[in-house]
Amino acid sequence: MKNKSLISISDYSRDDYMEIIELADHFEKNPVQKIMEGKVVATLFFEPSTRTRLSFESAVNKLGGKVIGFTDAASSSVKKGESLKDTILTVAQYADLIVMRHPVEGSARYASEVSTVPVINAGDGANQHPTQCLLDLYSIYKTQGTLENLNIFLVGDLKYGRTVHSLLQAMSNYNPTFNFVSPKQLQMPNEYKLQLDELGINYYEHEEMKENIKHADIIYVTRIQKERFSDPMDYEKLKNSYILKNKMLKDTKENLRILHPLPRVNEIHVDVDDNEKAYYFPQALNGVFTRQAIMTKILGLK
Amino acid sequence: MEEKKIKQVNALESGTVIDHIPSEVLFKVINILGLEKIETNMTFGMNLESKRLGKKGIIKISARFPDDKDLNKIALVAPDAKINIIRDYKVVEKKSVQVPEKVVGIAKCMNPKCVTNVETNVVTKFNVLKNNGHIDLKCHFCEKITDQQNIEIN
Repeated sequence: MKNKSLISISDYSRDDYMEIIELADHFEKNPVQKIMEGKVVATLFFEPSTRTRLSFESAVNKLGGKVIGFTDAASSSVKKGESLKDTILTVAQYADLIVMRHPVEGSARYASEVSTVPVINAGDGANQHPTQCLLDLYSIYKTQGTLENLNIFLVGDLKYGRTVHSLLQAMSNYNPTFNFVSPKQLQMPNEYKLQLDELGINYYEHEEMKENIKHADIIYVTRIQKERFSDPMDYEKLKNSYILKNKMLKDTKENLRILHPLPRVNEIHVDVDDNEKAYYFPQALNGVFTRQAIMTKILGLK
Repeated sequence: MEEKKIKQVNALESGTVIDHIPSEVLFKVINILGLEKIETNMTFGMNLESKRLGKKGIIKISARFPDDKDLNKIALVAPDAKINIIRDYKVVEKKSVQVPEKVVGIAKCMNPKCVTNVETNVVTKFNVLKNNGHIDLKCHFCEKITDQQNIEIN
């Protein structure tokens, strides 16, 4: 992993996932260390994503490193018409590592190929967001004690949701059972289902979340966006069928944990927040430890 | 038919004949191989009769022998093309084109939000996926698939 960019979850192997999980656990136990002293991380956010940026910056600060960068394209030279290549080549002179978020798909891969320092993709349009996926893996491992043989419910927008696609790819290494819960318009795309067929992984599709969740080990909820529907009436009809409420969790398994990449709108009712099975806020904290693990691995500090 | 073909081929003293090109992609093939800049004699025909294709195109390049790597690029648009190598008026080698594993700088990614369609001077790059006789291209950058019927040549 040393000196290697992280652009797509498929850049890492099953062994790499475990190394990151173990190191994230180490940072969870010792989150404040001075091992990044003298290192400069550039956070280039060509579109705003406050949560992801703060998570990275918190991770760097706790390890004694420094952060430079910009928070949206309007405050950078992109506005003056500079090409992505020139921005990256310039920033690579100032930093040891580049973390970038960009609305254009494939921009991170391209940046990693022109950059002289490693690049971490913090989201490239609808394509990839690998650090989110690794923190999801860490959260699953931490709450279940294993990644193997789990029953995973993916709920919400399964068509456009890049986090569910990456999670599906990564978890496919561990003999899972998948349950997909989504409206017809937002079903898991065929290309992913074909991949599962090839790997012999069982999956079931549902249009509603009912008693079927009582076998779940993980329920991973994502937001359904109104703008995904061509007919707003469809959205109005559906929006309440995908809300997870506390009373639905009554007969669920003891070890069940509910994950969400955040931000949440209304797809998990606030009455779930106090349930011990709610895990989305600790999940966000896991993001800091996971990013500490990823950055120190890439910089060769761990 | 066979006699006529031999005649056409024999018209070339030495060089390369690319036969069985679907007529509608003839100019794409010329484009992919960069033949518009060729300095030796080149002739081509289109809408010639063909039992297999209905109408076919053919290209005859004098005194040039493009290497297989270049010839294989045309498999994207003309997977059934046949290559004849001519020396001293004789066909000395016949070969088919092979679909390459990677396609660099020829095709266009169909995803309008892909970096190759947004930034200038980004060379496209695809991994070729063979899918029941179809050729699909998976973009190296945005990871989206451009299927065969949507392949556009730059």
